[in-house]
This record gives sequence, structure tokens and C-alpha cells, in this order.
Amino acid sequence: MPEKPKIAFYWCASCGGCEESVVDLAESILDVAGAVDIVFWPVAMDFKVSDVEAMPDQSILATMINGAIRTSEQEEMARLLRRKSQYIIAYGSCAHLGGIPALANQFSREQILEYVYKQAPSVTNPEGVTPQPRFSDNGHEVTLPEFRNVVRALDQVIEVDYYLPGCAPSPKLLAQAVGALLKGELPPKGSVLAPDVALCDECPRKESKPTEVSFKEFKRPHEVIADPNLCFLAQGLICMGPATRSGCGAACITGNMPCTGCYGPPSRVRDQGAKILSSLCANVAAEDEAEIEKILSTIPDPVGTFYRYSLARSLLRRRVDLK
Amino acid sequence: MSETYEPKIVAFFCNWCTYAAADLAGVSRMKYAPNLRTIRVMCSGRVDPQFVLEAFARGADGVLIGGCHPGDCHYISGNYKCLRRFKLLKRVVEQMGIEPDRLRLEWISASEGDKLRQVVNEFVAKLRELPPLNLPQRFVEWDKEVAELHNMVAAAEEQQKSEEVTSHA
Repeated sequence: MPEKPKIAFYWCASCGGCEESVVDLAESILDVAGAVDIVFWPVAMDFKVSDVEAMPDQSILATMINGAIRTSEQEEMARLLRRKSQYIIAYGSCAHLGGIPALANQFSREQILEYVYKQAPSVTNPEGVTPQPRFSDNGHEVTLPEFRNVVRALDQVIEVDYYLPGCAPSPKLLAQAVGALLKGELPPKGSVLAPDVALCDECPRKESKPTEVSFKEFKRPHEVIADPNLCFLAQGLICMGPATRSGCGAACITGNMPCTGCYGPPSRVRDQGAKILSSLCANVAAEDEAEIEKILSTIPDPVGTFYRYSLARSLLRRRVDLK
Repeated sequence: MSETYEPKIVAFFCNWCTYAAADLAGVSRMKYAPNLRTIRVMCSGRVDPQFVLEAFARGADGVLIGGCHPGDCHYISGNYKCLRRFKLLKRVVEQMGIEPDRLRLEWISASEGDKLRQVVNEFVAKLRELPPLNLPQRFVEWDKEVAELHNMVAAAEEQQKSEEVTSHA
């Protein structure tokens, strides 16, 4: 019997939701497990880095890496897996575009360490200890990975072949991607493995979207009980759908929550945040300057709202006045 | 900041008003600061916020958008759309650490060549008060931390390979 293709999974700066989405394959995970050998998956199976180092280069068919890249260790692992794998797939929003961790690109490393280890209300740290890359005690030295200044998407550190978008990617897309890999029917390198149209295209509320949306104020999801059948934009709620790729099956919309943009932009949009800003502002009702400002002031955090998952891969990448 | 710093400005001018004003300033032989790189667009409503951010990301110190006066848009409402985008984009830009003064919107009609001259001169003077933005250089600085490890790993792999070769020999 010929050897089964080898697949690996790895996680970097992420929450673990992407790992769960693999388990969400439910019984079809058995088909996957039957067709491939999983050779490395730290969250679920006991393999060591030295096992990966011992593998011949390119011996893994595909490695799915989820999570953004924040530490030197994550960089090192990404490089190692790149060398051992024929295909690297950036799995999930964080590996694809930076994801939620990339919102930290609005702050410096020092600000973050200061807050997390000293100022946060739940922290007790009277000696003010913060993580150090090196520490020695009684002649014993221990080291920690370096915490980088910048949060990066995976393709800002290593070459990436494909992207599976989403927070987390839908099991359907994962199954399709694995199927395509095994059959060798892959799209051009660099493709995002999801339909290249905006979410509105598959939105169940598409019919209720008015031709002319007209915002008199922006409301936030916790402030209103949304009509479950009407386009969110028509209700004054910010929905990232027009600037976001489809493929999730409109999961949030079906749960009566507007899209927050986790699938990233379709291929012809370079900067998701700028594009949704453009679309929303065009449809603000006011023409008078003071009135416009009043309406726009109902969006308290434009960067956090428009770039929730894509800050690392946006045109500016990070707060530019940071070191 | 060096004395010779010349701010780079990317200007998006609408075909019907501000671009014509720039033309008028030219044929009237008005002198103004030569810091503009002008891009003609059909309407200020065509100025995608992505254009502005990309201009900054690729080295502009300032971005100037010029459109028709309110009520005068050739396409009825393009300049209002531009105004609203400008208002929110300015907040985004500020949140991202770029001084909001680096982004400017002006209504300049086809007959206002002199206003164009004044606006450009003023904007250049304003930008001179700020340090150069030079984002491409900042991106390079940021990525040095990655390059370091990259070179270290590459060297270690090289070493390992050459050792393997010697041990097999």
C-alpha cells in the first residue's frame, strides 16, 4: 500500500478556535484521518519539534498554520514547517490577515507588557516582574522566546501557498481544501480558498437591502434588538458584508448578528477597512458638515471596527509612530 | 530634520474643478511650491480611501484632495461622498498615528487658480513643520527583527548541511 500523504497542523498567536474547527469536521474527520497521516499537531497529539526537524525537507504534503506571528519561536516554527512542507496553508483570520491579535498593532510592546503584567485590574504583581528573554538563577539560565514589536500575518514571515479564511474557517471550506489537496486540483498559488464575492451575495437578507442605504446614525449591536429579516445596513447597524468575502454561509447573519469581516476582503480589495469606510460614508444621509460629523461620531472606534481582523495586512499595518 | 526636506504631496484633483484650476494656475504663470504629484480623477467621489492610505504607505508626506464646491459637483453628489469619507478617514489616520494635518480636502473651482496656489503653498509650509513621514523606511525598520532571525536560521541550516556533507564524505 502506498504511503498516505502527510498533513500537519500548527498554531501560533491564536485562541484555539481554529483547532476546534478541525474537530468540527465531526464524522468526516474520520475520512480525512483515513486518507492522510497527521504527522504533527501539538494541540491533539504528542510530537516534538525534534520529530519535525528529523523529517526530510518537503516530506509533509501540507501544513495548516493558524494564528498570527508575534514571537521569535512562532517565526522559527513557521520557517521550519515551511522547509518541511510542500504547501503552507494560512489557516484562519489570524494567519491570513493578522486577526484579533493584530489589533495590538495599535500599541507598543512596552505598553502591552506594562498593562498586561502590571496595570490590568486582575493582576497582582507587587515586584513588577515582566517576561525576560533570559533569566539566570544560581548559575542556571532559562530563556523565553522574544516578544516582537509587530504582530504579523503568516505571509509577512514565510511564503504562503494558500489561505483558508475565517474566524474560524468553516468545516465545509476545510473539507473542500483537503479534498482539492488530495486530488491535486489546486487553484493558482496565493489563492484564498473561498468564493471571490462579497458576503452580501450569499446573505439570506439580500432581498431586503435597499438600493439606497441612508444612515442617519450608526447603532451598535448591543443597543438594539435587530429585526431578524431586514438587511443590517438598512437598520443602521454596521455590517462588514459588502467588504468581506463570502464562504461562511452567512453564519453570523443567521444568528442575527452583523458581519464583522473575519473572511477578509475579496481579491480586488487591498484594504478591507478603507473599503468599508468608503462604502458606509458614501451612504451617510447628511450633506452638511456638522451633521456629517454628528452621524460619524456614532462610530466610536473606526480602526477596531473596520480592521477587526485585517490590521496586520492593511496598507498601514500598524500605528506608524511606534518604534 | 534637515534644511533641505521637501515634503512629497500626492494630490487627487477632480477633472471638472480643481484639475482645471491647476491648469489655469499654469497658463496664468502663477508660481507655487513644486511639491505636488497630481493625479487627475473624474470626481473627488472617485477618491477611494485606499488611494490615500496607499499614497502614505508608499512615501507621501501629505495627501491633498481637490473637488468642486458643495452643490457644484458634475455628478451631483460625488463631492459630498468625498467629504464624508474624508471626515472619517481623518479619524482613522489619526488613530493609526499619522498627524491629521497631513490629509487635506479643499473645494477649488475651475476659476480659482489663485486659491490653488495659496492652498498648495500653505500645505507645503504646514508639512515642513512636521518631520518627514517616510513610511517605506519605517516598514523596513519594523521588519529588521524578522530579518535577524531569518539570517540566523539560514546560517544554522547552512552549517548543518555542510556538516552532513563532511560526515558523509
